Amino acid sequence: MPFLETFLLRNLPTDWSWLASPISTLASIVVVFGMVMTGVAYGILVERWVAAAIQNRHGPNRVGPFGLFQPIADGLKPLLKEEVIPARAEKALFLLAPALAAMTTLGAFAVVPFGPADDVNGPIRFIAAPAIDIGILYIFALGSLAVYGVILAGWSSNNKYSFLGALRSSAQVVSYEIPLGLSVLGIVLITGSLNLEEIQLQQAKGTFLFGWNVVTQPLAFLLFVAAALAEAHRLPFDLAECEQELVGGYHTEYSGLKFAFFMLSEYVHMIAVAFLASILFLGGWHFPGFAEATSAYPLAWLVKFGVLAAKVGAFVLLFMFLRWTIPRFRFDQLMGLAWRVMIPLAIANFLVVLVVKQFKLNSAWMTAASVALFVGAGLWHATGVQRRISSPRFTRNAAMGA
Amino acid sequence: MPIDPKEVAWVEEPKIGLLEALYIPAILNGLRTTFKHAMQPSVTLQYPEEKPKLPPHFKGVHRLNRDDQGRVKCVACFLCSTACPAHCIEIVAAEADKSDPKWADRDKYPSKFVIDELRCIYCGMCEEACPVDAIELTTLYNLSELGSQDKRSQYMYDREKLLEVYDITTGAGTDPIRTHAGSLGPASEPGAPMPRAKA
Repeated sequence: MPFLETFLLRNLPTDWSWLASPISTLASIVVVFGMVMTGVAYGILVERWVAAAIQNRHGPNRVGPFGLFQPIADGLKPLLKEEVIPARAEKALFLLAPALAAMTTLGAFAVVPFGPADDVNGPIRFIAAPAIDIGILYIFALGSLAVYGVILAGWSSNNKYSFLGALRSSAQVVSYEIPLGLSVLGIVLITGSLNLEEIQLQQAKGTFLFGWNVVTQPLAFLLFVAAALAEAHRLPFDLAECEQELVGGYHTEYSGLKFAFFMLSEYVHMIAVAFLASILFLGGWHFPGFAEATSAYPLAWLVKFGVLAAKVGAFVLLFMFLRWTIPRFRFDQLMGLAWRVMIPLAIANFLVVLVVKQFKLNSAWMTAASVALFVGAGLWHATGVQRRISSPRFTRNAAMGA
Repeated sequence: MPIDPKEVAWVEEPKIGLLEALYIPAILNGLRTTFKHAMQPSVTLQYPEEKPKLPPHFKGVHRLNRDDQGRVKCVACFLCSTACPAHCIEIVAAEADKSDPKWADRDKYPSKFVIDELRCIYCGMCEEACPVDAIELTTLYNLSELGSQDKRSQYMYDREKLLEVYDITTGAGTDPIRTHAGSLGPASEPGAPMPRAKA
């Protein structure tokens, strides 16, 4: 049992000992909430720094040393700004949308183990809601709810740009939920659990890096990261708010604190996705050598916590770099990628996992099959098999009537 | 009338190879480019702290040059104010006091020489017109002075102010290229060598 709960049980009067569990849960919530909020505030700063560095600029460096107080200024500014509600907006839904967006994305952190949740020596329990056996389901359910925030915002603002952004967003989420879920299904099948803590522990049991799901199922990892980028509306999949076409997308009409809520939910989503990718595929807090399941030296929980934080940070940085690397997809390309590439690949990958599980084959077969599927998909596209079997294209010969 | 398909320039979709079809190599290549840029030093100049290094031919605030005796080089010929497209130079000429040994070799001098720095368009035509290299544009560009109550008249640079600009900028390493500090041009200094006529 973590330190805080033990401490409370020992020191509270017997009549009050039932308080130990709620208090320690509350402590976990406060810690994870604070962590995510700080992560969002400084994530925005880091994003601006990364963007500036890639464009050979300095980025924010005026507020405080190296611009480190910029997030405070960024947070205070929307508080002081005027809140504009368009006259013909659907007022109740217009107000509900940002709250829904922020609430659903933050709610997902309830089941995310943000540190070594199983570690009995930790100061607090590193998960707000432990032993939730439907963890992944819960996260996906909330992730799908998050799109309601976007859709309601777009619809209720009574603005064509917002509405188009919301429409794109809903189509995108409907498409990318499927490969996202299918890519995780393989892991669930191998682990035999939907519980994130359990999935993480399973990976920590492997020798060296071979327990990590990214090693056994690299294709699923790629699909997950791509689909998760689309879910979080990050470039190259940020069709819902592409500034060049849709002004601001679904949040065009939002200002002040309500806009800040959308901004918040977007970054929380990104951090949540980074957490999920780290825990599902990169072994969470596990790192061979010093952060093993058997590590028992003092402060091992801190090292594990640091390892997980480093992995999450690396993912967030990768997302930020990808933003300036890959241009935005055209909408039909976006849909084509989901339905014609990612979903078939995810299903094939799932079949491979089924076979491996059924016949109790070595997990190296999954790695091999993943690579084979991936290269095969590339060959399929490059050799033109796909073109021959899919609907005929409008070519020169067709136009000439030949 | 439909367009004859023969006249249509047809662009075929380029065939892509296996590596391109896999996407990942292309993405890694792109990431390498962005990372390379992220490692490069920033090109932004942190202006109030860092000043730009301006080239000597920069067209900033004017100055009136002094000759080797510290007198104003200008001979009040009005060529600059005539050339000025913005009509921002006002000169009042005066006859030099021949009885004063200091001014014995000069006929005219500007008793008043005012440039309206707000009206000036910094084209440099005064500098080109000047036969004695008396007026030049310097690399100073930040004219405003804090705390001045009279917002406009502070930009009416008179002769003393322009000579002061000379004292500030000369020897600062950004003198205009064709300055010959000290000697006057051949038009005002009979002993100076004439520039060779172009063939």
